[in-house]
Amino acid sequence: MKTTILDLPEEELVEPGNRACAGCALGIAYRVGLKALGRNTLLVVPPSCLTVLQGLFPIAATKLPSLNVTFASTAAAATGLLAALKATGRTDVNVAAWAGDGGTSDIGLQALSAACERGDNFLFICYDNEGYMNTGVQRSGTTPQWAITANTPLKGKMQPNKNVPAIMAAHGIDYVAATSAAYPLDLYDKIKKALTYGGVKYIHIHIPCPPGWGFEPRYAVKVGKLAVETGLYELYEIEKSQLRHTGASLKLMEKRRLLPVENYLRAQSRFKTISDAEMEKIQDQITRKWEGYFKSSEEAQGGE
Amino acid sequence: MQIIETGNTAAALGVKLARAQVIAAYPITPQTPLTEKLSEFIESGEMKAEYIPVESEHSALAICIAAASAGARSFTATSSNGLLYMHEQIQWAAGARLPLVMCVANRGVGAPWNIWNDHQDSISQRDTGWIQIYANDHQQIIDSVLKAFCLAEEVMIPVMVCYDGYILSHTHMPFDVPDSETADAFLPPYQPPYALDPADPANLNTVTMPECRPDVRGDIAPGYMEIRHLLQHDLIEAIPALMRVEERFRAVFGRGGNPYIEPYRCDDADYIAVSLGSLSYQLHGVVDALRAEGVRAGVLSVHLYRPFPDKIIVEALDGCSGVIVFEKALSYGYQGPLCSDIKSALYRHAQGRPFVTNYILGLGGREITTQDLYEALKASCSPDGGAGEETRWIGLKLHTRGMQT
Repeated sequence: MKTTILDLPEEELVEPGNRACAGCALGIAYRVGLKALGRNTLLVVPPSCLTVLQGLFPIAATKLPSLNVTFASTAAAATGLLAALKATGRTDVNVAAWAGDGGTSDIGLQALSAACERGDNFLFICYDNEGYMNTGVQRSGTTPQWAITANTPLKGKMQPNKNVPAIMAAHGIDYVAATSAAYPLDLYDKIKKALTYGGVKYIHIHIPCPPGWGFEPRYAVKVGKLAVETGLYELYEIEKSQLRHTGASLKLMEKRRLLPVENYLRAQSRFKTISDAEMEKIQDQITRKWEGYFKSSEEAQGGE
Repeated sequence: MQIIETGNTAAALGVKLARAQVIAAYPITPQTPLTEKLSEFIESGEMKAEYIPVESEHSALAICIAAASAGARSFTATSSNGLLYMHEQIQWAAGARLPLVMCVANRGVGAPWNIWNDHQDSISQRDTGWIQIYANDHQQIIDSVLKAFCLAEEVMIPVMVCYDGYILSHTHMPFDVPDSETADAFLPPYQPPYALDPADPANLNTVTMPECRPDVRGDIAPGYMEIRHLLQHDLIEAIPALMRVEERFRAVFGRGGNPYIEPYRCDDADYIAVSLGSLSYQLHGVVDALRAEGVRAGVLSVHLYRPFPDKIIVEALDGCSGVIVFEKALSYGYQGPLCSDIKSALYRHAQGRPFVTNYILGLGGREITTQDLYEALKASCSPDGGAGEETRWIGLKLHTRGMQT
């Protein structure tokens, strides 16, 4: 079932006026995400922009209990909370980790992989702003190729990004999803669905970052939507190994019309050094990828 | 019940009697038999606890930190590089004021790789804010584990119980295992002062500024420095707290006495050898031999290394003319850390100061012969025993290739 804005719980679990940057898309994702998780939840947060959003002692923006942990230990800490809940007979409480892309795809990957292998029952959310934004915009494993960052300052990042949802899906966990802060209801429904599964569930959220990506704060949702409408970033879920597109990406499958990737790339100053030839290459990759999707969708329909 | 078992089994039995609720561990020699034994207790149903086989020591302590934050009595164990890999989490656990207990089966650290005993691993964690207790035999291992939980939960500071790898971890010795009713009488179930709970939400370990800040009601909350000062204050207060734990232990189990130090023939001693762990007992025989020759020597074994019971140690050394510190660890570039600590304690608290000299020995499991100990101690048991190099090495073989200096 698809949630509409009218069905969202009214109770806010994040206080307004928190310390996120102006236009931060994490603010949208966190606000809606906590509504989906509900009050009966323990959060785990490693160092990241979310640590800042949550506030400085003794003031906290989050109304849920939240444990700040060391950078590499997010998933292990989630396991520790679960173990304590089990040992003290409180098995109805959800455990959810919120880590950034560095805390997930780089320093946090080992502990996360181990938790998947053990089948520990928690939701791991990676909010992906495509870099170490909290430390001043350095490259991470999910920073896209050609993005200018503070430590790829002149030519941009030379390497393509890691596909973290695919890495997670390779663990054989029951639920992996990719969503975007620009589509909060898609995010809400995915968290709700994830909570119906056991073991580690993984949700990847695309988080446009005004200061890190170089666009005006008012355009965070617009940039997020462009990423999806150009076919560069996809909304999908892998449920028991079955991949399907959702929301705006599913609509792209039906409409079969992608916006030019240039619209997305040129909206951000981090891609200012990308050449037309490189942009064409990216466009070509996206076009070929989606033609593959269209073809397999036709085959699937033909086979029915 | 009196049994003959290994030091690792003594530790495991202590953890079982303490009814630890969450255990996370990663294999490393010579700790492994301890955590294997715990997983066996849990799998067989003898012990009720969550056992998490983690992918690293960093995660082992992460699990204990989170589990304790959610109100469970938690335990881990490691050695050597495993302990070093935890270093960030060790600091975190102390700063977060969590009553964890960790056993360290002491082992040398790399490089080069070495699996045998010395104290470099736990000594290098000296300044992390943990309480450190060193056990000399199997009875002290099992007893220290029980006391460690009791102390940790009273002062809300994590405790490391250290014992010599192989020398204690893998040797069989007789020791008494209390029955579980008696252990329960000593150590009741953990009542956390706060546990993460949706019904009473709090954000733990949030970013804390250098200066104090008001909360939403305008009440001034401590800054980082006040919080850290409190840890220091409470560590010092853990010294008398440990005596209270010891007195309760003695009332319940009928053994114990001095939880800080274990003096042997120190009362009238002119020269006192000081050490940590099982080496202290090896020194007993050396002191007996010297006494037979008319040298008034004694041994002071230090059980509580952090917080450092400086006044108690100085009192025990009072009246002697020489202190000879035997150490299986080194502050590279200076001297043995215990030697520095003792000199510092004497500077502050003693009137007429004895000389202090330092022997480094047994690194990476190098054989420590009683003959070597005898010769070293005998050479130092004279009024000019402190002359010459302050830090000397025992058992070095410098004629080996590339070592001629």
